[in-house]
Amino acid sequence: MKILVCISNVPDTTTKIKFDEGNASIDTAGIQWVINPWDELSLTRALELKDDAANGVKSVTVVHVGPASAEPTIRKALAIGADDAIRVNAESSDSWFVAAQIAEVAKKEQFDIIMCGIESSDYNGSVVGGMISEFLGIPSVSAVSGIKIENGQPVITREIDGGKEIVTVPIPFVVVVQKGIAKEPRIAAMRGIMMARSKPVKLMEPAAVEPLTQIVVFEKPSPRAACKYIDADNAGQLIELLQNEAKVI
Amino acid sequence: MSVLVYTENWDGKFKKLSFELVSYASGVAKMLGTDVTAVSIGKVEDTELKKLGNYGAKRILSVDNDKLITLDSQAYTSVISEIAQTENSRVIIISNNNTGKSIAPRLSVRLKAGVGSGVSKLPLNLIPFTVYKRTYSGNAYAHVVIKTDVKIITLAQNSFDVIDAPGNAVIEKVNVNIDGSLIKTVVKDVQKQSGKILLTDADIVVSGGRGMKSPDNWPALVELASLLGAATACSRPVSDEGWRSHDEHTGQTGKIIAPNLYIALGISGATQHLAGISSSKYIVAINTDKDAPIFEAAQYGIVGDAMKVLPKLVAAVKELKK
Ligand SMILES: Cc1cc2nc3c(=O)[nH]c(=O)nc-3n(C[C@H](O)[C@H](O)[C@H](O)COP(=O)(O)OP(=O)(O)OC[C@H]3O[C@@H](n4cnc5c(N)ncnc54)[C@H](O)[C@@H]3O)c2cc1C
Ligand SMILES: Nc1ncnc2c1ncn2[C@@H]1O[C@H](COP(=O)(O)O)[C@@H](O)[C@H]1O
Repeated sequence: MKILVCISNVPDTTTKIKFDEGNASIDTAGIQWVINPWDELSLTRALELKDDAANGVKSVTVVHVGPASAEPTIRKALAIGADDAIRVNAESSDSWFVAAQIAEVAKKEQFDIIMCGIESSDYNGSVVGGMISEFLGIPSVSAVSGIKIENGQPVITREIDGGKEIVTVPIPFVVVVQKGIAKEPRIAAMRGIMMARSKPVKLMEPAAVEPLTQIVVFEKPSPRAACKYIDADNAGQLIELLQNEAKVI
Repeated sequence: MSVLVYTENWDGKFKKLSFELVSYASGVAKMLGTDVTAVSIGKVEDTELKKLGNYGAKRILSVDNDKLITLDSQAYTSVISEIAQTENSRVIIISNNNTGKSIAPRLSVRLKAGVGSGVSKLPLNLIPFTVYKRTYSGNAYAHVVIKTDVKIITLAQNSFDVIDAPGNAVIEKVNVNIDGSLIKTVVKDVQKQSGKILLTDADIVVSGGRGMKSPDNWPALVELASLLGAATACSRPVSDEGWRSHDEHTGQTGKIIAPNLYIALGISGATQHLAGISSSKYIVAINTDKDAPIFEAAQYGIVGDAMKVLPKLVAAVKELKK
């Protein structure tokens, strides 16, 4: 069994987002780039599955669609434990473009399980995983909080309103993962970092695909009204304000 | 040429979410000078279906097929895409919830329709078709142009007011042929918790952070929540510590919610936490540290000890209910 983990390269989650002049792009100066938190967890889960020989997972490959500047993030994924990596050498212009590229990679290399995060912390699209599965015409399961392999078949937990469902789908398939998929992201040990240097990163040129959407301008969230303080000794007054002023209770 | 909206029901009943979607679809249809057609999948009585008419739907296409009991993203995509093609829909509106997230991207590829996801306002512009979407986990919003003829919008939950527009909708039963072999998702088990107000549905949420000090201090928070008809939530460290169950954790790596009121007790307001709650209409912060970042996001604040403030709030709500 071969697993492909899609990783997105995003600003560290504490980054203060600033825009370039014209507000059409993000000012990348000084940004610390990291593996998208969900992707870090799905990579962790993929490696856990591989650790148990009974699961029959032969390899865990990571794929990223992005320019060379994303190499450190890819190396980090290798240091955490991925066996090899593929980078599609292109700006990730929109979700459709990214998904189409990953689908092309998957057609060439044949993976049994493709893992994506529920959302990238930069674009918040929540679509790339589902799009890949449709490009490939294979099943997809979304809102996945757990995956196991039993007798060569996947046992997938997905979140539904007010509960969970345990489902299975035939291989190959895409899972779109969320909270619960792994407890803590696995961190790279010194040995992993050393080994990552010699692991292969395959470079692929992008297929000709036209993006369907385009960001034209960014804006900051509208500023909120300043906080109104209520004296702690008179805390009950808050309830009155919520009822009569904010009208929310 | 209509605006198509996919409405979701739970055991045959629509929730506010579906009325919000139809209200939004009506707004879009008005801009385009067309009507709203709603699609419902599942067993829903006519009296219930009719309710969609009160928010502006003109036609309601009801698909009831036993093969669609389980959410299978491929089967659902086939049904909705066929309807969208027959109806010649220009804009398709779906919720940005778990179900929507599993259908919208597949539909996009099936119809070669660009997606604007997590949209929280009516389109900013028709030509070019521009939507307003959350990015950077709420730290920025983007104007996104969708270039294709057919557009898909996934609407952020609780971002659009439900608008009453009483009207009479026509209900049409749609028969779909579903090849059973196309359904790949097999459900082996369902684990439902009942009786709890769902965090993602709740109008009011009372949430606790590490400043609550110990799980022993939660009963007062839970009491306040139940008096307000609110759901309970927590910050990540609280669920990591096992003080509260994991499905209560809000934030970037937990649930993203947008209630009318979010009361944060002993929560510092880290960006990753705010990423999950910043779309709330009102945020109340109760924290001993007057410089805690949560106060920058809040409209009402109390600088004080949560354990001392909670009983006062509980008393005030009880007083109000008298
Ligand atoms: C990749 C990543 C993802 C993350 N995702 C999330 C996420 O989804 N959700 C999330 O919540 N966090 C997330 N975090 C963690 C986040 O950075 C913060 O560490 C976390 O939100 C802090 O939780 P807290 O506010 O409960 O605790 P603390 O930061 O410890 O704050 C406790 C607060 O309580 C106040 N306090 C202390 N005593 C009292 C008292 N008696 N009464 C009232 N107030 C008191 C303190 O002044 C302080 O402000 C993430 C972190 C990373 C790196
Ligand atoms: N440029 C990219 N390269 C590889 N995978 C990506 C890329 N962008 C998004 N993904 C994957 O798709 C998931 C959802 O992203 P999005 O649809 O942008 O919210 C992420 O968690 C990644 O797994």
